[in-house]
This record gives sequence, structure tokens and C-alpha cells, in this order.
Amino acid sequence: MTSTIAALISPATSLSVAHVLAGSLILVSFMMLYQDRLSSVINVLALHAAVLGLAVGWQAYIQGAPELYITAALALGFKAVVIPLALHRIVERLGIHREVEAVGGISLTMLAGIGLVALSMMVMLRTAAHADALAREDVALALSVILLGLLMMVTRRNAVSQIAGFMSLENGLILAAAGAQGMPLVVEISVAFSILIAFIVIGVFLFRIRERFDTVDSAALDAFRGELQ
Amino acid sequence: MTPIILLCALASFALGGFGAILGRTPAGRIIVYGGSLAVAGAALLAALVQLGLGVAPEPSVALPLGLPLIGMNFGMNDLSAVFLVITNLGAAAASLYALGYGRHEPEPWRILPFYPVFLAAMNLVLIAADAYDFLIFWELMSLASWALVMAHHEQEETRRAGIIYLLMASAGTLVLLFAFGLLAGPHGHYAFAAMRGMQRAGWIGGIVMLLALAGVGSKAGLVPLHVWLPRAHPAAPSHISALMSGVMTKVAIYAFIRIVFDLAEPAAWWWGLAVLIVGGITAVLGVLYALMEDDLKTILAYSTIENVGLIFVGLGLALAFKADGMMVAAALALTAALFHAFNHMLFKSTLFFGAGAVQHATGERALTKLGGLIHRMKMSTVPMLIAAMAIAALPPLNGFASEWLLLQAILLSPALPQFGLKLAVPAVGALVALAAAFAAACFVRLFGFAYLGKPRSAQAAAAHETDAFSRAAMIGLAALCVVAGVLPGFVIDLLAPVTQALLGAHVPSQRGLSWLTVIPVSASRSSYDPLLIFIFIAVSGSLAALALHRFGSRVIRRAAFWGCGYQGLSDASARDVASSTQYSPSGFAQPIRQVFASVVFRARDDVVMPAPGQLGPASLASSWTDPAWWAIYTPLVTTVGRIADRVNRLQFLTIRRYLAFVFLALVILLAWTALWG
Repeated sequence: MTSTIAALISPATSLSVAHVLAGSLILVSFMMLYQDRLSSVINVLALHAAVLGLAVGWQAYIQGAPELYITAALALGFKAVVIPLALHRIVERLGIHREVEAVGGISLTMLAGIGLVALSMMVMLRTAAHADALAREDVALALSVILLGLLMMVTRRNAVSQIAGFMSLENGLILAAAGAQGMPLVVEISVAFSILIAFIVIGVFLFRIRERFDTVDSAALDAFRGELQ
Repeated sequence: MTPIILLCALASFALGGFGAILGRTPAGRIIVYGGSLAVAGAALLAALVQLGLGVAPEPSVALPLGLPLIGMNFGMNDLSAVFLVITNLGAAAASLYALGYGRHEPEPWRILPFYPVFLAAMNLVLIAADAYDFLIFWELMSLASWALVMAHHEQEETRRAGIIYLLMASAGTLVLLFAFGLLAGPHGHYAFAAMRGMQRAGWIGGIVMLLALAGVGSKAGLVPLHVWLPRAHPAAPSHISALMSGVMTKVAIYAFIRIVFDLAEPAAWWWGLAVLIVGGITAVLGVLYALMEDDLKTILAYSTIENVGLIFVGLGLALAFKADGMMVAAALALTAALFHAFNHMLFKSTLFFGAGAVQHATGERALTKLGGLIHRMKMSTVPMLIAAMAIAALPPLNGFASEWLLLQAILLSPALPQFGLKLAVPAVGALVALAAAFAAACFVRLFGFAYLGKPRSAQAAAAHETDAFSRAAMIGLAALCVVAGVLPGFVIDLLAPVTQALLGAHVPSQRGLSWLTVIPVSASRSSYDPLLIFIFIAVSGSLAALALHRFGSRVIRRAAFWGCGYQGLSDASARDVASSTQYSPSGFAQPIRQVFASVVFRARDDVVMPAPGQLGPASLASSWTDPAWWAIYTPLVTTVGRIADRVNRLQFLTIRRYLAFVFLALVILLAWTALWG
């Protein structure tokens, strides 16, 4: 069965599919940038993780690396299902699921995002000129996803959206690692765990912030650093 | 011989541990100082054997410690051996002195743990064979000496000295780090052996030289990086002062020779010019400071700056000659510098020991409060006088021998091809001569006002002789001053392998010359007969003394002296009159202060007279400022403070802004890579 599929797919096609998947990850990152409802941000995050799972799964298939299937399964299971569900619960318990976040200057943010993608392409074309084309473009796309995640974190005030940005950033890291052949599973698992822990910590933290300040706007923390401005 | 030095260092660290445990008991003092004496003696012997017998430098010893792939490499060549001799001789004398002097220390547990560590760190700097080790132990040396300076931290002055020292030492290490970074090249070859053979552009070598000059200068006390030295050296207990002035500055000089003569090849001619000018200015300014100062130990610290300047003049000359291929002349200049480094350790340690004895005997360090100590501290006066004469470069003592060699090297400068050097070297020679003259005045002042005349305070009148250990240390070093002065040929021959290794040439051997004459270049040019001069001075001096006592003492009569019209008061006030009508140290320095220091140091004497008809006393206030402070450090500190105030706002940003900063930095770096990477 697999052999017949493999026969149908030429190497060029498999590369194109990998690029399409990575490119759609960027697309989803862009989608995340202009979501102004928290619940839709989380939904887009789930979609982001699902696309990542597909991309990693495809990499596992074309590289013939079975351990990458585990990575893909982790991405699909944890990030596309468990974490979004948990985030939805948090948002509901915090009572902010209907909240509309003021995202200033969507067009400007999108332009910045486009600039970042262009920048990562230029960096990779220049610094990795000797690497093979597949790996180079994979890394360039992954770098774009990372930068877009950072942009998301920087432009949002709400802690939940910042978590979403952070998660998408981490997805970019995994995409890069899956593209670069031979990342050990241990590293992958530890990264996944650290993300989980970060998520738990931030989640707990969110409730604490909420208890104290009655908001999850991270700006409220600034007055609480013991240094009066 | 390297393993022996390593074992000695290990033993010193163990002694430091003992010091930490037993610091509060008298046994701690004896174990630490006695042990340090034994360890320093062993290391001294090892270094002397290496130097004297000409043992071939063995391959370096690598310890599996430190950074991965580099480890810790130690090796000892002739240059290290010379400085190991200087270090361990100084350390042995200081330990011997401290066996007695340390008894008076109020809080020995603040000193005992750090003292052996300081000694070990200096030894390890000298045998380090890679940049990593070198910097580690260099920093350990700085920190241990800082801890020792802070032993008397109750005094505000000491704390201030400590913070300035710490800042200057860190800055110096940072600069040295850059120098080694440049030397290591793009592939990071941190072993000295790898640096030595490396090809590098000329401008890189030049920058390395300037960085080394700055980094080493901050430790050795080159003007204008000297500001910490006259504060920190006197603040420490006297045996530590002796080590810092006599030995640690030599370790810095070793670092300069190692980097500039050995690692940063090949030298350009302007290197020598830069070092010469810095050295000449340092020598003159250092001794001018000393002449204006009133505190016994601070005078000695400033005089250290002068002597470091002289040594750097020698090094600069050697660099200039070397760049022009005049290797024998370069060897002469380098020999003079090394010889002077050795001599300075001898007499400066003795002088600091003497100052410590005076401080303990009287509780005073100000010259205006001392006087007449020659009658109360008879035994320790003699080595003090010898050391003062040696540092004032009087023949036949060792200070004269090395400064004479330095001037011989300066006299060879007309053969240099560059016009800049032809002009600069004689000018620097004049500075050296001026510094030597000032040094003589300075030590006449120091010895004259502290030891001669009448006591200027009750404490000085009640002074007592110091203990036997202290006297032994002082007399031993002073005797070596005489020996090295009378037999400089042996020292010159001992230094020959060093210049041979660094320059490929050496001063002609002095062995077998009749009457132990010293002929540095050729007999037709110049020669010096220290032994004959010594015999002549000894014979004529003894005859004169004999004649005076035989024929002159009979006609001495003691009488009351003129006390400015205040005679005939009570006994107590008569003594006050006797002491206060004496020549004063600031009066002695006044002409030099007026002529040389009124511009550069803004020295001024203000006489405040009472209004006509008032009976109040007139007063004289003399003040001076260090130009380095108002020209460099005060503006620097103000600028840093202003920038810090501005940057302080960064502490009060929102988390999102911090993230944005990180993000922006990342984007800028990526853009940089994309555009110019």
C-alpha cells in the first residue's frame, strides 16, 4: 500500500507538499495575528498545532523517520486538543471568553509580519547558501513562524494571547527541528514537557493575577514589582 | 622545575586553609607565616637552580582542570624564573618580617587566609602557559590582595581605597582579556605556545601592545592609571604593602614582557616610543607626588610609581632597539629593566618593612609627627638608610647599578634610525635623570625627617626598637642591596639567558673581568667598578669617621638652641619649641613644589595671617591635586553616572516592552546577518 503511494509521489512532489504544509503554518500564524476574540485565538492555536502535526508527520514519512511520528502525535494530541481545551476552560472560568481584545493597527501588524517573513528568507538565503535547498527553505519557513510568534507576544496585552503567541513560537521550533534531519527524540520530548510545564505555570499564574488584580492584562503586573514608578 | 612551583602553590593554598581555620590563634600566625617562608624558600631555590644552572626549559605541565579542551598548562622558562626569584625572595622576606610584625595585628583572621593565596596566585601567574590560566590567577591575585587591603576596613579611607582598587583591577583584567582575545586569533588558540608562532597583521599587534600597556599599567601603576596605588598600597598592613609594591607590580611587568616581547611579535618602532613616553612621565610624576606627600607609606607607594616608570623606560628602549634590529642594545635595556625590577623589590620591601616598624613603634605615619628615630630604633635604622640610599641611586648600591645600565642603554639611542626615537629617547633620558634627582631629594626628606632631628611628637619620642624577625628581614634585604650593588656583574650574567631567549642576544659576559668591573657595551665606551668604589667609600668613610671621633668629638659642646624667641618657658613647651622650630617636611619640599608642581598639580601654599592687632597664629595651608583625577577620572565618573541615570529608566518598563526589546534586538541582528553577514 505504502509502496504504491510512494510510487505515485515523486521526490519533487514530496518536497512541494512539505513546503505547502510549512507555508500553511505561516498562514495560520498570520491568521492568529488579527484575531481579536480570545476564543478564536485559541481555536487558531489549535489549528496551528494541527497543521504542525501534519507537517511533522509528512516529514516523518518522507524521511522515513518513525520517531517523528511520535512528535507529530504529540503535537496533534497535546497542542491541538488538550492545551486548547484547557485554555478554553481557563478563559471561561476567568469569564473573559467574550472579551474583545483591542488589537491596535492590524494592517501595521500584518505588514510587520510580512517584513519578518521576508527577513527570515533573506537571512537563510544568505547564511545557508551551501545547505541543500529543502533544509534551507524549511528552516527559513520555521524561522518565520518563530518570528511571527514573537510578534504576537509583543503586540498583545492579554496574557492568554501571549501564551498563544508563545505556543506558536514553539511550534516553529519543532518545525525547524523536524526539518533538520536527526533531532533526537529525547530533545523533542523534553521540549514538549517544558512547554507543558510553562503552560501549567502560566495557567496557575493567570489565576493568581486574576485573583489579585481582577484582570489578566499583564500590564497590571508592572505596578507590582516593588518598584514604584 | 615547574612541578615544584606547582607543589609550592598547592602548599600555599593549604596554608590559606590553615589560616582560615586557625586565624584566631597565635599558632595560626606561626603556621601561616612560617609555612609561607618555607614554601617561598623552596620556590626561590627552584627558580635559582633553573636560572643559575641553565636547566633547559622542560615541556609544559598540563593539569586536567579548567576549561575543556584547554585544561591548565604551566611552564617555566628563564623569564618566569627571574620573576619567580623576585616574587619568592620578596615573599620569603615578607613572611619572615610578618612572623614578628604579625603579632601586632589586631584582627589576624582577616589576613592569614588570604596571605598564602596571594603568594600562590602570583607564582601561578608567572608559570601560566595559557591565557585562561593566566587571567584566572591574575584575577585571583587581584582579589586576594584586595582582601588583604581591606583587612583594616574600619577606616573610611581604606574602604574607599578598596573600591577604587577593585574597579581598577577589574578594568585592567578586562583589558588584558581583550589583548589575549586578539592574540588568540579567530580560532581561539589560548596556549602561549600557539600564540607565539601565529601570523597576525601589524595593527593587531599594535592594539595588543596598547591594551597590554593599559591592562598591566593599571596593576603596575603607570600614570594615569596609578590613582588606586597610593591609596591601596599604604592601606594594607606593612608586609602586604611590601608585597604589593615590591612584588605584585613586578608580576605586572612580567605580564607586559611576556605579552609584548614574547607573544605579540613582531614589534613596530612606535611601540617603543609609546612605552618610553608613558614610562618617562610616570617616573617624574610619581616621584613628584612622593615629594609632596607627608605620609610615610604613601611616599613609598608613590616612589613605586616612579620606579615602575623607570622600568618601563627600560622596556620601551628595549622595544625600540628590538624593532630596529639592534639586539645587543635591546638586551642591555631589557637587562637594566629586569635588574631594576629586582632591585626595586629589595629596597622597596625593606623600606615598607621599616615604615611598618615605625608605624608600630610610634602609631604615626606622618613625617610631621616623626623625627629622631635613629636614636630609638638603632638597629632598624641601618637597613632603612641603606635602602633609602639604594633607591636614591647612590653608588655603590644596587639602585645605582641598574639606573646606570639604563642610562648606558639610553646613550646608545643616537644609532636608532627613526627621527621620532632620536628625539624622544634623549628627552626621556633627561626625565629619567630628573626623576633620579627627585628620588634622591625624596629619600633625603623621608629619612631625614623620620629618623634625624628631634622627635616631633610624644609618640615619636617614646618609640622603641622593632622585633628580631622584622629586623632580620630588613637586614637581609639590605645586605642583598649591597651585594647586588657591589657585584652587579653576577646579576647581569644571570639575566643573560632571559635576553638570549627573548631577543636572541645578551649583554657581554662580565665573568673574568679584573676587579669585577662592569662593561656593558665595550671597554672604550664605558665601565663601572662598583667594588673599587665600595672599597674607596668604605675606607675613606671609615677614616673620616675615625678622624671625626678621634679629633672632633672632643670639641662638641651641647647647648640650648635658638627657639625663635620662645626660650625659657617650661620644660614641656621647651620640647614643643624644639620640635616645632625644626625644618619641616613640607618646607623641605616647598621649592620643588613651587617650581615643578604649581602648574601640573595646582599646588598652592596659602598663608593666612591674623588681622593686624590680632594675636592668633598664622597658618599655612598647602594643597595639591592629582591631575589624573580632574582630567580623567572625575569626568569619567560623571559621564558614567549620567548614562546610568538615563539607562535606569529601563528598569521600569512593562513586560511587553521588555519582550519588544528582545524581539527588536533579534530582528536587528537577523537583518545585520542578512545584509552584511
